[in-house]
Amino acid sequence: MINTDILIIGAGPTGLFTVFEAGLLKLKCHLIDALPQPGGQCSEIYPKKPIYDIPAYPEILAGDLTNKLLEQSKQFEPGFTLGERAQTIEKQLDGSFVVTTNKGTKHKAPIVAIAGGLGSFEPRKPAIDRLQSFEDKGVAYIIKDPEVYRDQKVVIAGGGDSALDWAIFLSEVASEVILIHRRNEFRGALDSVDKVQELKDKGLIKLITPAEVTAVFGDSKLEAIEVTKLGEPPLRIKTDNFIPLFGLSPKLGPIADWGLEIEKNAIKVNNALDYQTNIPGVFAIGDVNNYPGKLKLILCGFHEATLMCQAAYKIINPGKRYVLKYTTVSGIDGFDGTRKEAPKAVVKSID
Amino acid sequence: MTQDIHIQIIDRDGTPHNVQAPTDMALNLMEVVRLFELAPEGTIGICGGMAMCASCQCYVQSNHKLTEKLDDEHAMLSEAFNVKPTSRLGCQIQISPELEGLKIELAPED
Repeated sequence: MINTDILIIGAGPTGLFTVFEAGLLKLKCHLIDALPQPGGQCSEIYPKKPIYDIPAYPEILAGDLTNKLLEQSKQFEPGFTLGERAQTIEKQLDGSFVVTTNKGTKHKAPIVAIAGGLGSFEPRKPAIDRLQSFEDKGVAYIIKDPEVYRDQKVVIAGGGDSALDWAIFLSEVASEVILIHRRNEFRGALDSVDKVQELKDKGLIKLITPAEVTAVFGDSKLEAIEVTKLGEPPLRIKTDNFIPLFGLSPKLGPIADWGLEIEKNAIKVNNALDYQTNIPGVFAIGDVNNYPGKLKLILCGFHEATLMCQAAYKIINPGKRYVLKYTTVSGIDGFDGTRKEAPKAVVKSID
Repeated sequence: MTQDIHIQIIDRDGTPHNVQAPTDMALNLMEVVRLFELAPEGTIGICGGMAMCASCQCYVQSNHKLTEKLDDEHAMLSEAFNVKPTSRLGCQIQISPELEGLKIELAPED
């Protein structure tokens, strides 16, 4: 069981900034995210794209914003459960919550802050008959451990970065790599495209384009796929593995079943006060919430996170008075023992 | 004074909606769909309009001459599902007076 003060669901910009604001109030945070890395959409969808409306940054790349936020909150030592999706929430007798992920990891906290953006990113699955019945029996949408494919035959479908990068990587691990894409052109970093060309010329990757996987076959596990090239009869290819890599799309997912009030695919919160949901102790901040006048902007998420932390402080420290302190005046005491503070003025007489 | 244009948008349930879209707000077609709430929030324009998801895919049913697809859109449509020859990404179609009478159908959600 992981214990913390504020359990944050979603490690995007809003979730990451919550760690900082909570830290100022001496509250410890732990974050859960379905993606294997922090940053949410900023790192998954558009890390190389610029953002122009982060205060004081005329321009910052989404990936750089993620790194800056991680750096800013580092001294408050956030914990991370990455690559796991928050699945269930159970209220405990002492008023706290236990949140369990799809992999069974349990987290306990008096406050839950849902900063889930548009939801957890789930792989997009092509519509092929019986595909789902071969999941984990030769069909996978995410590659977790490439060693699984050692000396096996692998078919990858897709035309983006992940399809290219994994085809390159697995060409050294698997006994055979076939890459199937609907077009002859690939969308990805130029050097990945060049590398695939090189491996294709060396016979280490087999390319089938423009084509689509149209059927899967097997009994207890995947044994073959059918690939159809435009205007040609379908071809059956023996393989041990089929990995469709068509990107990820966000789904609100299990959170929708937590008894929260949902409105426009978002969680309704009280914006007059503290962004609390209809369940006391559970807050929703950033793109995942909704209230009159809501704007889905990163900068609004930062504001919501800040007010939410004040409310969390009051719940965790009932009756305790609080006076706002400015970081410039008080400095920052990290949980790791570090201290940041403004340099003291030099007082010296002039003769 | 710029004129609004008339667009028919068939939603994912097959219901047609006739809307008037302003041409002076630098809107794209995906944003028009959101403006009139013709698809639930969170199911359209997920990437914000960068041609990096296909949640705003639509089928163009009228014979309007649209701007050519750029590489981004081509690439995204090559990975999307339910793609037809008439498929476009709504976020890549800017609303302009030439689109008067445009008719489109939203592609199913993935």
